[in-house]
This record gives sequence, structure tokens and C-alpha cells, in this order.
Amino acid sequence: MAEPRVWKRWVRPLLALAVLVAIWQLVLTLTGVPRYILPSPAAVASALIEQRELLARHAAVTAIEIVAGLIGGILLGLTTALALARFRALRRTLLPLLLISQAIPLFALAPILMLWLGYGLGPKILMAMVIIYFPVASTGYDGLRQTPQGWLDLARTFGLSRRQQLLKVQLPAALPSLASGLRMAASAAPIGAVIGEWVGSSQGLGYLMLNANARLQIDLMFAALVVLVIFAVLLYFGVDAALRAAMPWQQDRMTPDQ
Amino acid sequence: MPPPGLIVREASLTFGDRPLFRALQARFDAGSWTCLLGRSGSGKSSLLRMIASLRLPDNHHLELETSDGAPLKGRLAWMAQHDLLVPWHRVIGNVMLSAHWRGRPTAQDRQRAERLLAQVGLTDKTNRWPDELSGGQRQRVALARTLFEDASIVLMDEPFSAVDAITRLELHDLASRLLDGRTVIMVTHDPLEALRLADRILILQGEPARLVSMPVPEGRRPRPLDSSELSHRQAELVAELREMTHG
Repeated sequence: MAEPRVWKRWVRPLLALAVLVAIWQLVLTLTGVPRYILPSPAAVASALIEQRELLARHAAVTAIEIVAGLIGGILLGLTTALALARFRALRRTLLPLLLISQAIPLFALAPILMLWLGYGLGPKILMAMVIIYFPVASTGYDGLRQTPQGWLDLARTFGLSRRQQLLKVQLPAALPSLASGLRMAASAAPIGAVIGEWVGSSQGLGYLMLNANARLQIDLMFAALVVLVIFAVLLYFGVDAALRAAMPWQQDRMTPDQ
Repeated sequence: MPPPGLIVREASLTFGDRPLFRALQARFDAGSWTCLLGRSGSGKSSLLRMIASLRLPDNHHLELETSDGAPLKGRLAWMAQHDLLVPWHRVIGNVMLSAHWRGRPTAQDRQRAERLLAQVGLTDKTNRWPDELSGGQRQRVALARTLFEDASIVLMDEPFSAVDAITRLELHDLASRLLDGRTVIMVTHDPLEALRLADRILILQGEPARLVSMPVPEGRRPRPLDSSELSHRQAELVAELREMTHG
């Protein structure tokens, strides 16, 4: 039982990664692309090792932005979803506004946030929050709204208050829908932070990439990208693990006893 | 405390422009089991929802009175066609669902839920997830959850229609035993089910519908299948139900 699971979980993805790296090297060897366009895997690996202190310093900044943005965006999105489900008046006024807000391109928002909040962590965290907020709020609200009528009937015969109904019935019922929003949020959060850094910053992986690009340190640029990808993957699996822990009944479904 | 009877007055329901029933009267005697029959769309489930004061999309009105004059609130339990088990609680948690939803279950709640699970024969499933149970087992958990309310009035909307025939017969025996002494109103499609369980059978008939009382077989519930009176009454009941479309 354990062996195929280890195989599925670790060996296969690592094998896929190895194949990708091999193709990368093959392209280099066959086409002879100059190193300042596409560095070799070995060069990127050595940049990762040699520049590890520089990378770690900037990665820490980006990590803070992403995590703070993620937490803030989830809290704000969830609060919005609950408030929308609870108050009809809010639905009428806020819902159209929310939809319109999605028409604003995020890149266009970044310079404005920079202007208002300066060059520090603030605007980057806010960018990450903004990008996370909508999927969480909309999937959360959808889930709350689509609670099966039968459960609401039960809640009513139990004599629950509107508040109890929202928190004890609708919220757990919305979890599967909300979970897909949270997974989306986890993969979008690094985008928000990096966009913020590109528009204006003096630290972070996005800054490091722009800087390395300007100095033609392409291997360092790729190394920063690798760190960013590792972040995104870790974040996704972290959120996924947290969601599985919050919904234990969805795991046991795989092993019925009959 | 003895269970109250229910008196329904001036019940009316309009579906679009079509009045399903108007100024309907009914008495449900204390401690008796009433089965409510009718064709699909006759409004029998709606009538039950109205008694439970659940949401209905259509225009409706109902005056409800209890035989002891005390309010109905908190004395009513609801059981639906679907078991309505929530996937995020284990079997035991689903039995004491009302305690979970109102706050935090106490040790006594837990003991009571365990006793009820024993009564419906599911002690070995106490800590399973609902998804791991069969349809019949899930409906037994739903029955235990209904009993957990310890309500003197139990309203059931086709509670056994989603399980296979044999399981249904077993559930009849179980429900009849465990709900004894309560005022039960059950909506059903199944004439046989009504004849096995009911002290009184009412049919919603005509347009707009009236409530027609039908005779039930002699003997204690659940009545055995092999009684000749049961099959005789079943033929009668089916004929009466068919009448509605032709007459």
C-alpha cells in the first residue's frame, strides 16, 4: 500500500522534472542558443548555490508579502462572503461593485498603490490581497448561497437563529466550494506580490529578477524564478494540506468499508 | 408529557393561478399516526411543510392549533425523503446534529445519541462518516436524529421512499416501534406503507382538493403483510387514488 503511494507522490513528479531539465539541456546543445538568452541548467544551479545568501534575503521579503497577502485576502474575502450571504441590502449594493472591480487590470492598479502607499511592503501585500480577495469572496459566497434546502429546513425545525444557521450550516456546506477558491488564491498570491515588486521596489525576488536582467545576469534571473516556483508549489500544497485537514470526511471517502 | 393533537384550519395553497386546495380542515389526534396520500402534485408535501412552517415558494395560508393550547415551537421534529445527513459530522454527530448546531453537545447528549444508535442497530457505525453507509443505514441514522429531538410531534415527508422494498419494510417496523406514542403525520406515495403504519389515512383528492378519510385495517401497527384485509384495503386505496384522474 505504502510503496505505490510514495511512487505516485514523489518519484513520478521528480522524474517529470528530470525529463524537463533534460529537454532544456537538449535544446541548448542542439540549437546553440547563447547563454544570455537561455542559461544552462547547470549554470542556474550554480547561481542558486553561489548566490544563495542574496537569494535568501530577497526571498524572505517576497515570502512575507505573499503570506501576509494570502492571510489578509482570505480573511477579507471570507468576511465579504459571509456578509453578502447574511445581508440582502449588501448584496444589492456590493455585488455589482465587486463584479465591476474585476474589470480593472491588476497591472494598472499597481502604480496607483505604489503612489499612495510608497515603496515598502505595504503595496505588495495589498496587491497580493487584491488578487486573492475576489476568488475567495466569490467562491465563498456561491457556496454559502447554494446550501441544500433540506439542511436549511432542518435548521429551521431545530429553531436556529440566522447567525447559527450561517455559521453552523451554511459555512461548512460552503467548504468544498470555498476550497477551490482558496486553491486558486494560493497559486495567484505570488503573482500579486511579484507584480508589486516589478512596478517599484528595492527588495524582493521580483526586484532581483529585474535587476539581474538589467545586468545580463540571466542565470541569477532564472535562479530567482526557480525560487519563486518553489514558493508557489509549497504554498499550493500547504493550502491543500490545510483544506484536507479541515475536511477530513473527504479523505475517508476513498476507503469505504463495504 | 402526553403529545398534543393538531388542528389545521383554513389551509389554502395556490400554485400559480391554480388553487391546489382551499379552506381545508383537518384534525390529527394526539398520539396517533396519520398517513397523508395523494397523487404527485396534489400538494400533500406542501401541506406538511406548511404545518412545519417551512419555506414554500407558492401562496399559502394555514391556521394551526394544538389540542393542549401550548405553542408548537420546540415540540416538532422533521424527517424528509432524503436522509439530510451532513458529510462534515460522523454518524454520532449526525444523530446529535441539533446539539452541534445550537452550540456544543454535552456528555449527556452523546450518551443519548449512542443509545439511539443502539436502538436503530448501528452501534458499530458510531464513528463512521455518513458516506460509508448504505442508503438504508443512512435513513436509520436520520431516524435516530429525528428521535434525538424527542419531539412529541413528528412530521415525515416520504421518509422511506428512497430505499429498496425490503429495507423499507424493516424501517417500518423500526419506526413504528420507536415513534410509538407520538403524534405522527407522514406523507407517502405508497398505499401499502400507509396501510401498515397508519391509524388513519387521509387522501388529498380533487381540484381544489379535499381531504378524504379512508378505512385502515384492524390490528396493531406495523400490520403484517400477509393479512387478507391488508391486500383488500390496498386494492380499495389504489382504486380511490386512481379515481382522482378519472373522476
